[in-house]
Amino acid sequence: MASSSSSLPSMEFDFDEKPHVLAVDDSFIDRKVIERLLINSTCRVTTAENGKRALEYLGLADGQHPNHSDLKVNMIITDYSMPGMTGYELLKRIKESPTMKEIPVVVVSSENIPTRINQCMEGGAQEFLLKPLQLSDATKLRCHLKKLHNPLQGGFAGEDEHA
Amino acid sequence: MDSVVQLQRQLVDYSAQLFNEGFLDDQFNQLQQLQDESNPDFVVEVVTLFFEDSERLLDELAKALEQQSVDYRKIDAHVHQLKGSSSSIGAQRVQKVCIGFRNFCEERNIEGCQKCLQQVKHEYSLVKTKLETLFKLEQKILAAGGTIHWPM
Repeated sequence: MASSSSSLPSMEFDFDEKPHVLAVDDSFIDRKVIERLLINSTCRVTTAENGKRALEYLGLADGQHPNHSDLKVNMIITDYSMPGMTGYELLKRIKESPTMKEIPVVVVSSENIPTRINQCMEGGAQEFLLKPLQLSDATKLRCHLKKLHNPLQGGFAGEDEHA
Repeated sequence: MDSVVQLQRQLVDYSAQLFNEGFLDDQFNQLQQLQDESNPDFVVEVVTLFFEDSERLLDELAKALEQQSVDYRKIDAHVHQLKGSSSSIGAQRVQKVCIGFRNFCEERNIEGCQKCLQQVKHEYSLVKTKLETLFKLEQKILAAGGTIHWPM
C-alpha cells in the first residue's frame, strides 16, 4: 500500500491505545454478546441501552454543550430496532454533528430488509450487519477501525481512503 | 462414577443430539467460542439471562392475551424480543415458533396467538431443561479435571 506521507511502520493500534467502541442495543443479552465479541478483539467497550443514552454519552443530547476534548470513540455499533429512537435516527444525529460525524457507525438488525439497509447506508452507515453477530463479524468490525485510525492525521482517514 | 473420558463422550453425544433435533443451532457454538479462561462463565451467564428474560416475556404474553381488548402491537413487541434473544443464544426451536407467532399477530388472529403461546412455552421449557442438563454435564467434566472444547 503506497503511503507517501507517513513513516508509520503499520496501521496497528498500540496496546495502550485500545480502540474504544460504543455499543447501543436495548437487549441486555445482545449487549453482553457484542461486548464480549469486541473485548475479545481487544477493544474497550462502553454500552448504552438506547439512543438517548448514547447521545448523552457523546455529548450530543438536546441541551448539552459538546465538550469532547477527551472523549475518544473509534466506532459506534447500534441496533436498528430500539424503543424511542431507532438506530437510523441515532445514525442521523451522529452524522449531523460536526464533531462526531467522522466516527464510523455500524448498524445491526435481526431483520434483513433491503429498504432498511439502503436507508442506513445512504444515511452514512459504514456497514449494516445481521444479527445475531458472529465471530466472523468481528473481523469486519476491526477493518473499519483500522481504516480510520491514523495518528498523523488526528484519527481520520488518510487521503487515499476517500472514494 | 463415570470417568472423565466417559463424561466427555456423553457430552459430545448429548450436544450432537441437541443440534440434530434442532434445539440448538450454530449460534450456541458461537457463544461457546466467545468464552475463554478469562471469562469461563460467559455462556452460563448469557443463557441464565435468557431464562430470566423469557420467563418474564411469557408472563407478559399470557397477560396480554387474556385482556378484553387484545393489544396486538404490544404482543408483537414481546414476541420480537423473545425471537431476538432466542436467536442470540441459538435456541432455534423457540425462535421458529416466534416467527409464526408474529404472523398471527399481524393477522390479529387470537386463536393462532394462543396456540403459539402454548407452543413457545413448551419449546422454551424443553430447551431450558436440556441446557441445564448440558451445563451439569460440563460441570462434572470440569470437576473431574477434564477439559471441554467447542464446537463438539
